[in-house]
Amino acid sequence: MYSYYLTIVLAPLAAAIIAGLAGKKIGRAGAHWVTIIGVGISCVLSFLVLKNMFWGGAAPENISVYTWAVTDGLHMEVGFLVDRLTALMMCVVTFVSLAVHVYTIGYMHDDPGYQRFFSYISLFTFSMLMLVMSNNFLQLFFGWEAVGLVSYLLIGFWFKRENAIFANLKAFLVNRVGDFGFILGIAAVVTLTGSLDYATVFGGAEAMAEQSIEVLPGTPWNAMTVTCILLFIGAMGKSAQAPLHVWLPDSMAGPTPISALIHAATMVTAGIFMVARMSPLFELSTTALAVVIVIGSITAFFMGLLGIVQNDIKRVVAYSTLSQLGYMTVALGASAYSAAIFHLMTHAFFKALLFLAAGSVIIALHHEQDIRKMGGIRKYMPITYWTALIGSLALIGFPGSSGFFSKDLLIEAVRESHWHGQGAVYWIAYLSVLLGVFVTALYSFRMFFLVFHGKERMSEEAKSHLHEMPAVVTVPLIMLAIPSAAIGWFTVGPVLFGDYFGDAIYVSSAHDVLGHMGEAWHGSLGLLTHAIMTPVFWLAAAGVFVAWFLYLKRPDIPAAIQSKVSGLYNLLDRKYYFDDLYIKGFAAGGRNIGKFLWQKGDEFIIDGVLVNGTANTIGRLAGVMRQIQTGYLYTYAFAMIIGLTILLGWLIWLR
Amino acid sequence: MIGLQHYLTVAAMLFVLSIAGIIINRKNLILLLMCIELMLLAVNTNFIAFSRFLGDETGQVFVFFILTVAAAEAAIGLAILVVLFRNRRSIAVQELNTLKG
Repeated sequence: MYSYYLTIVLAPLAAAIIAGLAGKKIGRAGAHWVTIIGVGISCVLSFLVLKNMFWGGAAPENISVYTWAVTDGLHMEVGFLVDRLTALMMCVVTFVSLAVHVYTIGYMHDDPGYQRFFSYISLFTFSMLMLVMSNNFLQLFFGWEAVGLVSYLLIGFWFKRENAIFANLKAFLVNRVGDFGFILGIAAVVTLTGSLDYATVFGGAEAMAEQSIEVLPGTPWNAMTVTCILLFIGAMGKSAQAPLHVWLPDSMAGPTPISALIHAATMVTAGIFMVARMSPLFELSTTALAVVIVIGSITAFFMGLLGIVQNDIKRVVAYSTLSQLGYMTVALGASAYSAAIFHLMTHAFFKALLFLAAGSVIIALHHEQDIRKMGGIRKYMPITYWTALIGSLALIGFPGSSGFFSKDLLIEAVRESHWHGQGAVYWIAYLSVLLGVFVTALYSFRMFFLVFHGKERMSEEAKSHLHEMPAVVTVPLIMLAIPSAAIGWFTVGPVLFGDYFGDAIYVSSAHDVLGHMGEAWHGSLGLLTHAIMTPVFWLAAAGVFVAWFLYLKRPDIPAAIQSKVSGLYNLLDRKYYFDDLYIKGFAAGGRNIGKFLWQKGDEFIIDGVLVNGTANTIGRLAGVMRQIQTGYLYTYAFAMIIGLTILLGWLIWLR
Repeated sequence: MIGLQHYLTVAAMLFVLSIAGIIINRKNLILLLMCIELMLLAVNTNFIAFSRFLGDETGQVFVFFILTVAAAEAAIGLAILVVLFRNRRSIAVQELNTLKG
């Protein structure tokens, strides 16, 4: 299998290099063929690996490929840990990536940066695979930063647009805050265990949990709690959890295919994956888990609310991504790691689908993104309509769709997570995810109805060009619609309640929510027949109904509500003033500190006083001293004689 | 009887005269060279007077050396002076202030 793993990782890298460096030579068709073949090879091999793991019963493999450096006993290696968690992630990443590659042919058809784009997304696939397949923290960090870099490059892909440049810088800076925590977390791991290797670190986790660190002098904290929270700060940056979520909606300034691939399906789930991978560490700190669950529930509920007031089609989907990432984080906090990863998988399919469908509508309308200028597109674009419907139903958890199984069981797991006690943490988490269902249904179907149903609000000119997209766009939509609709049904049993993950995810017996739920598990059909009796179903139905009533039946009501509660509307419209706080508070504050240090510290003290000050002082002194130098011989002679006299006088009389 | 102190007095007077010449003279560089020569002669007088007083011939030998060197020095000094005059068309001391800061 060793050669498989290397090929999986290196095929997209090779394709990226060819498309990037020889893009001019191989032309547009060459660029998309070479990258699609590269990712295609990865995808096929990933599925083979998954098949071997799942049906072939292959054992997890921990392979060291190359020792990069050894310093002071610390091994820095490139290596692969391929277990069932990794295999699942590899399949999700390569499959969605493949769909997006194909879709890009249609979406970027007229773009001058065609080859560059393909090179970047292949490079992204490589980085993401390095991240998920890593067997040590250093390679994880490498992949982590590499996906961040590619994300930066792709958000700013249209580098002549001001908002794209703003957004990519913002994404990079906000991620830096998270990465700062992440690298401190890795440093803590290295300090406490002396190793970067997963196996060694997880083996020493028990010992680590017994140590304590004094972050503030005089207050010892449990080492594991500190480490886990630091690592989770990294996950918060990458997975856009509140309050580090601000970059994700802005990242929609990039082309739609990358919104689907990077900012919905794969990269933003890296944080979720990382926490699940670190489950042996997180399990040992209930404090860290409580932090995780609270952050997740805040994100899940409040970011969903923002989706209701957005009018940009991609931003609505972006806020729904934030909200769904919040759901996954809540599941992590409830120790239901499998549920988080399961939701990650189903979400990757249906969210990529929704983004690509949104992109399809956007190109059909010639890059119009405002949903108030859409409507009634259903009859022009039937394939997009039906696939978007499947995606939306999966997103709200319509019984039978993949989202139903993952979300319903996720909420159930949170409800069962009794070990958080019945205190505030538990209720915040449970109510957030429960009410979030209603909100999700509301904004999803608000967008759906506004785009595909109702009055046709676009211009006559745009309407005349409206038609279904070519196969390169619709095939990826169908490719993603199938798993969005069906994958939950087949995989929910083994992934959540079987022993699919085996040793890949560790849950301590006191926290084993899913194991507890598994005792009452009667197969997918059983869950489906009970769906109608759960509050989740009714909340989702209520959301859809409200959306239908407000935006199709009585389109005059939303405006009335908006003017009635303008305070609340403004709060949502300004995204809880997070952007204002960051831009006016941190960014402007940072700039002011910089300006102060520049003008006062650098220009005044260093340049003014120290460097030029020294020169000026010497210059002034010399100006005085030079007056003595008359240039006349007799003055010098006179000075010599005076000097001689004084010296002699001193020698004779004073000694 | 003319003793040591008379010689020393004459030498001192010559020396002070030459110093005064160097400091006070503002017009002529040749005068300056002459003053330096005079200063050397004053020192020579001292040498000879002490040599005679102490009965040591070394002082007189030394004087010959000083005279030789002074002759060479005067030649070089005058040569410089000629070049200076060619360049500046003047040998007035008060105009030679290129060293002024």
